[in-house]
Amino acid sequence: MNSPQVLLSDLRPGDRARVLPALTDHPANARLLAMGLLPGTEIRVVQIAPLGDPVEIEFRGMRLSLRRADAAAVPWEKLP
Amino acid sequence: MNPVQRRPLCIALVGNPNTGKTTLFNRLTGSRQKIGNYPGVTVEKKSGPWIGSAREMTVVDLPGAYSLAAGSPDERVTLDFLAGNLAGEPRPDAVLCVVDASNVVRNLYLASQVADLGLPMVIALNMHDAAERAGIEIDAALLARHLGIPVIPTVATEGRGVDDLEKAVERAVESSSAMARVPWPECVHRATHHLAAGLEKAGLAALSEGELLRVLFDQDRAVLARAGWPSDLDPVPLLTASRDILAAGGHPPVSAEALLRYEHLGHLTADAVRFPEKRRRTWTERLDTVLTHRVWGLMIFAAMMLLVFQSIYAWATPFMDLIDTGIGAVQDFVAPLLASWPALQSLVCDGVIGGAGGVLVFLPQILILFFFIALLEDTGYMARGAFLMDKIFGWCGLNGKSFVPMLSSYACAIPGILTTRTIEDPRARLTTILVSPLMSCSARLPVYTLLIGAFIAPAYGAAVAGFTLLAMHIVGLAIAIPVAWTLNRFLLHTKPQPFLLEMPPYRQPRWRDVLWRMWERAREFIVRAGTIIVAMTIIIWALVYFPRPEAIRANLEAVAPAENVEQEIAAAYIGQSYLARAGRTLQPLFEPAGFDWKITVGVLASFPAREVIIATLGTIYGIGADIDESSSDLRSVMARDTWTDGPRAGQPVFTVPVALAIMVFFALCLQCGATVAVMAKEAGWRWAVFAFAYMTALAWLGAVLTYQLGTRWLEG
Repeated sequence: MNSPQVLLSDLRPGDRARVLPALTDHPANARLLAMGLLPGTEIRVVQIAPLGDPVEIEFRGMRLSLRRADAAAVPWEKLP
Repeated sequence: MNPVQRRPLCIALVGNPNTGKTTLFNRLTGSRQKIGNYPGVTVEKKSGPWIGSAREMTVVDLPGAYSLAAGSPDERVTLDFLAGNLAGEPRPDAVLCVVDASNVVRNLYLASQVADLGLPMVIALNMHDAAERAGIEIDAALLARHLGIPVIPTVATEGRGVDDLEKAVERAVESSSAMARVPWPECVHRATHHLAAGLEKAGLAALSEGELLRVLFDQDRAVLARAGWPSDLDPVPLLTASRDILAAGGHPPVSAEALLRYEHLGHLTADAVRFPEKRRRTWTERLDTVLTHRVWGLMIFAAMMLLVFQSIYAWATPFMDLIDTGIGAVQDFVAPLLASWPALQSLVCDGVIGGAGGVLVFLPQILILFFFIALLEDTGYMARGAFLMDKIFGWCGLNGKSFVPMLSSYACAIPGILTTRTIEDPRARLTTILVSPLMSCSARLPVYTLLIGAFIAPAYGAAVAGFTLLAMHIVGLAIAIPVAWTLNRFLLHTKPQPFLLEMPPYRQPRWRDVLWRMWERAREFIVRAGTIIVAMTIIIWALVYFPRPEAIRANLEAVAPAENVEQEIAAAYIGQSYLARAGRTLQPLFEPAGFDWKITVGVLASFPAREVIIATLGTIYGIGADIDESSSDLRSVMARDTWTDGPRAGQPVFTVPVALAIMVFFALCLQCGATVAVMAKEAGWRWAVFAFAYMTALAWLGAVLTYQLGTRWLEG
C-alpha cells in the first residue's frame, strides 16, 4: 500500500481520508459503523475545534464530530 | 364490530436523532401527551393518542437512535420495546420510522434493523423540502416499491403529509407490510442457527430471528438474559463460536452487519435517490465558519451563555418576587380564617402554602432556561456549543454537553439537572447530575449577602467583600472538577461511551415547538418535584412547630414587655422544638467549624431549602420570621450574640472565620429538597442519597477547614 495508515489528528481541515478495513472492536467503532462510516468510506475533515479536539468530519452528506481518542480506533488512510 | 379491531393500536415512532421525530410526535398527539418513565429505567416514555385518526391509535415516541445495538439505556428501551420484551408494555402493532430525506441511506439502516424484528412499518420521509432545496431528488413511489412498504413525504413542522401517514399506518397494520429484509449470506444463517441451538441445549426459550441477529452482531447479553440465560453460565463460548462462523464465511464480525446492510440499502435506494452533481455550499457551512471559529466562535458562545445566565439570574427575579408576594398574600388571606386553630393555621400557612410557594418560585427560572435550551436545540446551535466545549470537560469524565447544565446550575440546579437529558452518554450524564448542585445557585446568595454584609464588609471593606462573594461562586466549581474526576475514576463502572456528535444543519426554530417544549418541562417539574418538595417542607415545619407546651406562652405573657411578647414566645417555642433539640444534640459535631447551637439549628432547618436559614435565624433571635438578608436588625443582633457557656463564654459567636465557615458550608452543601427530589427522579434515589451524603461531608470538611485555618491565620 503506498499511502500509510494515519491518525485523524494528523489530518488538517480540507484533507480527505478513507477508512481501512482492519477495524477493532472499540465501542466507538460499532457506532461509527452504524452511522455508515464503513471500510472504504471517504471522509473530509471539515474543521478542528478551537481547543484542538474534537474533529468534525463529513461523510455520506452528514457531519459528525468525534474525539481523537475515539477516531484512533479507526484505521485511516490519507487520500491525495 | 370485531372486538379485536376496537383495541387501540400501538404505533411506535422510531428514528435517528435530528430527524424531526419529536416534532412529528407533537403534530400527531398535540397536547394530549403523557410523559412517564419506562419501568425500572430512567428513560422518559412519551405517548399519546393519534389525534383525528379513524381508528384509535396510541403513538409511543421512542428515544432517537442510530442503531438497535443497545449501548445506552435509551437504545436498550428502543430494542426491548420493539421486540415486545418490556414489562407491562404491549408489542407495537406497527412502526412509524422517521427518515431524514437529506440522508436516506443512513436513516434506513435503523429501519432495516427494525424490519428484522418482523414489524409492519411505514416510512415518514421527513424534511423533504430541505432535501429538495439541497438538490436531492427522491422518487418516493419508487423507493416504496423497492422497500416494500409505504414511503410518505412529510414536513412535520408544517403538518404536511400527516393525513397520508395515518392512512398508510392503518393499511400497514391490516396488510402487515414488512420492509425488504437483507439477503443475509449463508454464514449469518448458520451463526444464528448455532445460537438458537445453544439456547435450546441450555433448555431456554427460543428467541426471534431479529433478536438472534442482535445477539450475534452486538454480543448482546441482555437479550440472552431475557431468554433465561443463567447468570452463572458464561455466554462467551457460545457468542465466540457463532462469530467464528461469520469470520469463517469471510465476514469480519465487527463490520459484517454494517457492510451487509449498507450494501443492501445501497441497492434499494440506488435509482430512487439522486444527489446533486456538484456539492452546494450550504448556509450551515457559511454560518459555521463564524460560529465555530477559534476566536469568534468562542466569543459568540461566551456571549450566548452570558445571556442565558443573565436571563435566569436577573430576568426571573421580578417574577420570582411576584410569586413570593402572591404566596404571602394567600398566606395573609388564609391565616385569619384559621385563627382559632393555631396549629392548623401554621400547618396550612407555613407548611402547605409555604411549601407550594417553594416550588412555584423556581418556575420563572425553569421556564426561561428551557426556552433558551429548546431554542438552542431547535436551531442546531447546541451541537456547536458542545463541539467548542468538549475539550474542557472531556478529561474529567464530563463532555461538551455538560456545559449548559453546569452553567444553568449557577442560577438553579433544578433546571440544570433537567437539562442533562441532552447528554446521551449515561456516565457523563450521571457525573454532570452529581456535580451540578456544587455550582453556587441563586438561593445561596441571600446567605452570602447576610454574612458578608454583617461581618466581612465592616471589617475589611467593599473590595474584600466583593472578592469573598466571587470566591464563594468559584469554590463549588473548583471542587466539582476533581469530584467529577474521582467519581469517574473510582465509582462509576459503566462503560464510557464514545462522544460522537452529529452536527445537524442550522434550522429556523418553530416557536410553537419551542414554547411547547418549555411548557412540557415546567409542567413536569411542578407535578413530579412539587409533591416531594411540599411533603418535605411539611415535615420540617412539624419539627420546628412541635412540641408546643402552653406553659411557655403563659410564663412569657406574664413577664415579657407587651410590644414584642409574640416574638419572644415564637423564639422560646422554636428554642425547645424538636429541631432545636436536635440542634443542641448535634452542635458538638459542628463545634470544630465554630457553630453554636443556633447556627446548627439554622443549618438543620435549611436542609429542605437553604434560603430558610434567614427566616430561621430571625425566629431564633426573636426578631420574627418576616425578614430578609438585608435586615440590619438581624445583622446587629447576630453581631452582639455571645457564647453563654463553654470555653468561649462571653466571646462573640460570629467571628470572621465563623461567617466564612458558614458560607463555605452553604456553598458546598446540598440543602435543597427540590434538587434532591429532581436528582432522585433523574438518576434514582441511590444516587440522590449519595449526592446528599458526599456534599454534606464536603461541606462539613470545608467549614471545619475554613474555621480552623481562618482562626489560626486571622487571630493567631
